[in-house]
Amino acid sequence: MKIASRHLVAAFALLGLSGLAAPALAAGGAEHPPAQKWSFSGPFGTFDRAQLQRGFKVYREVCSSCHGLEKISFRNLSQPGGPGFTEGQVKTLAAEYKVKDGPNESGDMFERPGRPADRFPAPFPNAEAAKAANGGAVPPDFSVIAKARTYERGFPMWLIDIFTQYQEQGPDYIVALLNGYEVAPKGVTVEAGLHYNKYFPGNKIAMANPLVAVIDDNGKPNDPGFYTDGTPVTREQVARDLAAFLMWAAEPKLEERKHLGAKVMLWLLLLAGLLYFTKKRIWSRLEGAH
Amino acid sequence: MADHTMSEPNRRDFLFLATGAAGVVAGGAAVWPLISQMSPDASTIAAGAPVEVDLGPIGEGKAITLKWRGKPIFVRHRTAKEIEEAKKDDAAALPDKQADSARVKAFEGKAQEKWIVVYGNCTHLGCVPIGFSGDYNGWYCPCHGSHYDNSGRIRKGPAPRNLDIPEFAFLSASKIRIG
Amino acid sequence: MAEHHSSYVPKTGIERWIDARLPIIRLMHDSAVSYPVPRNLNYFWTFGGILMFMLVAQIVTGIVLVMHYTPHVDFAFASVEHIMRDVNYGWLLRYMHANGASMFFIAVYIHIFRGMYYGSYKAPRELLWILGVVIFLLMMATAFMGYVLPWGQMSFWGATVITNLFSAIPVIGDPIVTWLWGGYSVDNPTLNRFFSLHYLLPFMILGVVVLHVWALHHVGQNNPTGVEVKNVAKDTVPFTPFATVKDLFAMVCFMMVFGWFVFYHPNFLGHADNYIPADPLKTPAHIVPEWYFLPFYGILRAIPDKLGGVVAMFAAIAILAFLPWLDTSKVKSGKYRPTFKIFFWIFVVVSVLLGYTGSQPTDKVVLALGGRTILDMVGFAQILTVMYFAYFVIALPLLGLFEKPKAVPASIADSVLGDAKAAK
Repeated sequence: MKIASRHLVAAFALLGLSGLAAPALAAGGAEHPPAQKWSFSGPFGTFDRAQLQRGFKVYREVCSSCHGLEKISFRNLSQPGGPGFTEGQVKTLAAEYKVKDGPNESGDMFERPGRPADRFPAPFPNAEAAKAANGGAVPPDFSVIAKARTYERGFPMWLIDIFTQYQEQGPDYIVALLNGYEVAPKGVTVEAGLHYNKYFPGNKIAMANPLVAVIDDNGKPNDPGFYTDGTPVTREQVARDLAAFLMWAAEPKLEERKHLGAKVMLWLLLLAGLLYFTKKRIWSRLEGAH
Repeated sequence: MADHTMSEPNRRDFLFLATGAAGVVAGGAAVWPLISQMSPDASTIAAGAPVEVDLGPIGEGKAITLKWRGKPIFVRHRTAKEIEEAKKDDAAALPDKQADSARVKAFEGKAQEKWIVVYGNCTHLGCVPIGFSGDYNGWYCPCHGSHYDNSGRIRKGPAPRNLDIPEFAFLSASKIRIG
Repeated sequence: MAEHHSSYVPKTGIERWIDARLPIIRLMHDSAVSYPVPRNLNYFWTFGGILMFMLVAQIVTGIVLVMHYTPHVDFAFASVEHIMRDVNYGWLLRYMHANGASMFFIAVYIHIFRGMYYGSYKAPRELLWILGVVIFLLMMATAFMGYVLPWGQMSFWGATVITNLFSAIPVIGDPIVTWLWGGYSVDNPTLNRFFSLHYLLPFMILGVVVLHVWALHHVGQNNPTGVEVKNVAKDTVPFTPFATVKDLFAMVCFMMVFGWFVFYHPNFLGHADNYIPADPLKTPAHIVPEWYFLPFYGILRAIPDKLGGVVAMFAAIAILAFLPWLDTSKVKSGKYRPTFKIFFWIFVVVSVLLGYTGSQPTDKVVLALGGRTILDMVGFAQILTVMYFAYFVIALPLLGLFEKPKAVPASIADSVLGDAKAAK
């Protein structure tokens, strides 16, 4: 029976995990993004506050004219586990944005300076306007984009990922995409309004390389003082900072989750140990117990 | 079954106690998120941040109702006559004794007697009283007939307390911050 | 064991008073304390308790999530994000509920395969087994509708594809689909009714679970030998403390697996596409159901005919209900059936591989020789589907007639004490 049980265990383990195929992003043709090292990966990972602040700067100055952040409020920027701005900084920052409010007594909508409780204002009034302004492609909202993008890991990697807790496909993909703009290989025609990117599914992306706003074609920063904390301004660095910021935006409770997880798992382990010995003790009352 | 019953049923066993205790702690901890989730969430708390109110547009003898944290707040600009009446009534038989001067706030040491700021919920059961009505020309609650004077003090009816005053402060002579 | 007499003795006056009027303490005592369970149950028998725990956990987390969720196409996605970001412990409750569904299915599949291996569906447990199949079906319906509620891309397109299954029914198929949708496509009415039913079904599951447990306690548990209890004193132990403490230990171990996903890998079992708000104008490149539906999805896609595929898929579940009569063997436990064992394990592998085919694109090449495709995913799924059904309608009936089983122990006690001696 012991042997049969062991077989059963192995088989059920396999079965239980059988269908857990990682979701596919899209049709093939795209290269796998290289895996990055992230401060927030693993069971004790935390966000790098300075990196989140740099990433926010990149988002604000490079992406925010087309990509919204509609689920995020200014106040989130100062909450625990986030970029670590002070409440004063957030108040000042929020006031730099114009937020639509109203209607007032005369029934008109009006604009007022933002408050910490406000959401980031959308770059376009609606999806149709976004489409019209971007050649038919709607720039996706960035609130959960780091969780909404992935790529197929394939067998047996997805199985191994359960144990290594690798789950940073989203940020890895974002970094890769921003570094994936290339001259199209011979034989590939890229239609007008599209751009070749070796990491984009299907390889043709409507967005032009957005980082030219920070880094020129030779890889030199347009403004070496773009980062005020002395971090070198390279394309890789800028992309990584943005990806980290977007991961935080998508999963702002990541640190709280992992902290609580450690406590819960430890307690369960203790409880399991105690129950194991309790069980043994109780069953030892039986003759021929096993 | 009889022959399997425990050999030392009354033995106080540290192991069993520890296991039970650890289980109880785990169960208790698991209940906490279920309770905590019903408390105001972060967006509700943020939306309930203090607000500033410009008193300029409220003419003498007029009042406005604004909504803060989901409740009505009455801001009433009293006339000199009304202030006088209210002060005179300090000596009247008040169910919830409070001087009018205790119901107004000061700016730079000067009492701003013109301005009465109260929560617009009757202290009886929470209905919204109607302004400039009732026996004392303050507020009258139509639900169960409570009469308030222009200071928001309960004068007649079932309400037990004067209208509550929210936390607020004068930022200037014509601007207040509620909360 | 079937008719075990109540051993409850009220100790205090209040207990006697209650017992004379509503013997509820007696019921609880008889079914959770003194209830005799075979002493040789292995850890696969703890999954019933684990499933009970998961059902309660899903209902509790679900009820509190409803306090914050908005079932409307314009707000559903945003309200889920609101739960994740603003509600106190909202992220925990939502991740528990989402991963809890997967854990529920992992446990139920282990529970089902355990029953199949040890012949737990055989007389006198046929009704017990059929009630289990009903629970399984209700679970699938509940899980499917729950997955629609966040209103992401996979929610929307999963709902579209699955409801369209009913359009395969001749003549009345299309009107039925329109009726299911409450419109001309999956839209707000669909979301609202799915929400309502997603709230209702778990309580129906709970009701059937009561029947399932009632039937179980009436006929008594099967056990790894498949030999019925002959002598209650020798073959069984009282449920409390023996089974209780064992179940609790297994439950806590299971919770650690659950916790691993909730705290450290919360989106592993989901689809990234469901973090994209539903867009009725754009289908994701690769629609895949949740992993627990994949074997059945594999069968659906194996059949090139629309109606045939739907029929095959539902038949794959329905056939489980006929298992008690398809298996003709006199011996219950697979432990004493050497040939059955081989077929059982092949069946397990076939089920897993069917799940694999369900997760892959249909045109993917499985076997190619010299650049020529010999077998693609659909062909592979077809072979597996035939093997799946063959297990039920060919292997099990014939095995009972031709297999030579090993000697079955005379009693549970003999088997346990024999093992203990052999170990020494």
